[in-house]
Amino acid sequence: MDFGLSQEHEMVRRMVRDFAAKEVYPGIKEADRNQEMDPQVLPRMGELGILGICIPVRYGGQGMDYLSLGLVCEELEAVDTTLRVVMSVHTGLASMTLLQWGSEDQKRRFLTPLAKGELIGCGAFSEPGAGSDFSHISAAGKRKGDSYVLNGEKMWISLATKADLAMVTVRTNPEIEKASAGLTTFVVELDRPGITRGDIHGKLGVRAGSTGWISFQDVEVPLENRVGEEGEGFKVTMSAFDSGRYTVAAGATGLIRAALEASLAYARERNAFGRPISDHQLIRQKLATMRREYEIARLLYLQAGWLKNAGERNTLETSFAKHFATDASFRAASEAIQIHGAYGFSDEYDVERYMRNARGAMIYEGSNEIQTLIQAEYALKERQDKPLRMEMPAYDAEIWQAG
Amino acid sequence: MKIVVCVKQTPDTAATVTVENGVVSWGDAPLVINPWDEYAVEEALRIKEQQGGTVAAISLGPEDAREALKHALAMGCDEAVLISDPSLAGLDSLGVSAVLAAGVGKVGDVDLVCFGRASVDNDTGIMGSQVARRLGWPALTLVSKVVSIDGSSKTIEVERMLEEGRQQVSSTLPAVLSVVKEINEPRYPSFMGIRKASKAEIPVWTTSDLGIGEVPSPALAWPEIYAPAKVETKCEFIEGDSAEAIAAKLADRLLEEKVI
Repeated sequence: MDFGLSQEHEMVRRMVRDFAAKEVYPGIKEADRNQEMDPQVLPRMGELGILGICIPVRYGGQGMDYLSLGLVCEELEAVDTTLRVVMSVHTGLASMTLLQWGSEDQKRRFLTPLAKGELIGCGAFSEPGAGSDFSHISAAGKRKGDSYVLNGEKMWISLATKADLAMVTVRTNPEIEKASAGLTTFVVELDRPGITRGDIHGKLGVRAGSTGWISFQDVEVPLENRVGEEGEGFKVTMSAFDSGRYTVAAGATGLIRAALEASLAYARERNAFGRPISDHQLIRQKLATMRREYEIARLLYLQAGWLKNAGERNTLETSFAKHFATDASFRAASEAIQIHGAYGFSDEYDVERYMRNARGAMIYEGSNEIQTLIQAEYALKERQDKPLRMEMPAYDAEIWQAG
Repeated sequence: MKIVVCVKQTPDTAATVTVENGVVSWGDAPLVINPWDEYAVEEALRIKEQQGGTVAAISLGPEDAREALKHALAMGCDEAVLISDPSLAGLDSLGVSAVLAAGVGKVGDVDLVCFGRASVDNDTGIMGSQVARRLGWPALTLVSKVVSIDGSSKTIEVERMLEEGRQQVSSTLPAVLSVVKEINEPRYPSFMGIRKASKAEIPVWTTSDLGIGEVPSPALAWPEIYAPAKVETKCEFIEGDSAEAIAAKLADRLLEEKVI
């Protein structure tokens, strides 16, 4: 078993770390306070190729592997969660879902500009009344000749107001007994008539990002925008979550690291009772826990990435990684505040932002309660991976890097 | 236009440097391309993009000192060469300049050699001038702008940033350039560049490859290395009823401490 990362991986990490430190970190507190996304973030991530990191070169991407995607997410969220959220929705939910389920025509028309950063994508799945209980979403799609007419509202959609297109899952068959079999996914250009959207303000965290709603009123979408077959929407959406959750797991791991690094630096410089507080056992315990949980979270997401590279299903392993890393990142950020004492409670230091940002990931991309249920179902053998009509392709450097 | 850029592998500037028993250590901090050299690589690449040609990165260091070269390749350099030989360990800048000049000679037909202003570890800041002297080429140091460069007429005009102000200098090519950070904003390595760099075979040139019979023994020695004494700082608040009273007290304290 080889736990080493390649030189290529290390160089990718360093490049993304430099970008985030130089171009995002200096303005992040202000963006967080103003609850506005820095308009330069998306174009720069596109220009630098970060948005298309693991997409094959022939579809406009950079031809790197799925581990690189994880490493990028870890580095980005070590600076701010909003950067990683971009990877989760643009790359995870939109691009990778098209890579897995899209037709060749859809890959040319949608995936290629997404990978190049010419278009921004998002995933519109959750609704005001349905998130965890996804098979009971109520947005509807009705077939009309060679197109579908979509109606309904999607809520808590990251990049809702920034994206050019969205992956949207709706109910196309309300009659069918098994609710999940009545769903269909579409790739929808968000400038179609009948679409309105807006941002949600007043969130606890991820304030420098964009989260919003998208409303569909008699929106006509052509047949060629349907991703997969009619009735495959649940499977397509769950595949999207296997990709999105992986980015969340890797990102949360970066957040643990950021909380740990801030805590180590502060514990060494802050004196109490005549010694640096890093000499005190109860502080050391907190540092050790953060360090240990960082290691566990990192190994779990790298395992999921390795399975993705091998083309093996990884719903369970990705669920472990997402669940553990997001819970641990909240613990780490909270303990980082404790180590910083009163200063940690103020936004003079970064750790309070880490804690606010960590909280959301315990809810989105499948709440951690849903992750627990998934894990129990696998443990009880009530759930087994069945082959999908379209599997996420295994990483093959030669194929990925061919022009 | 054929450009050589000389890069050095140094400890990360964020590293904590310690000295113990006369040995300098930066712990497990990563080794990176000398940050000043990134500006030199960037300028070399910009000149190449404007004029055409190639950029070769050269580094002198131990066998495993390839990070700086890989970084230069990932930024877009066409080739990289490591000059490494056990006999080169502990060389001073005078000796290094002789080896680098021989390296430039081996590349052949070079129009321009680029350096960063200094390396963050030794910080001598004279390598550009020394190599220029060895090659017998003009040394254009502390360059903050390349105003114009023309490969066909073999001329270059640059702006130098000096303490007194800026100085415009023109010169013939070949020449040696050392650049300051005001000259540009170095690009990040591209992902395609990273792939290329990680696959690249970097040839190693030894002193015999360079035709150097005897390596000049260092003229400079480091008989003792020690960490500067830790400065204890303390903060004292001067209080008083009026600004004048505070100022008078402050002046007395400063005189007492022999600051003024």
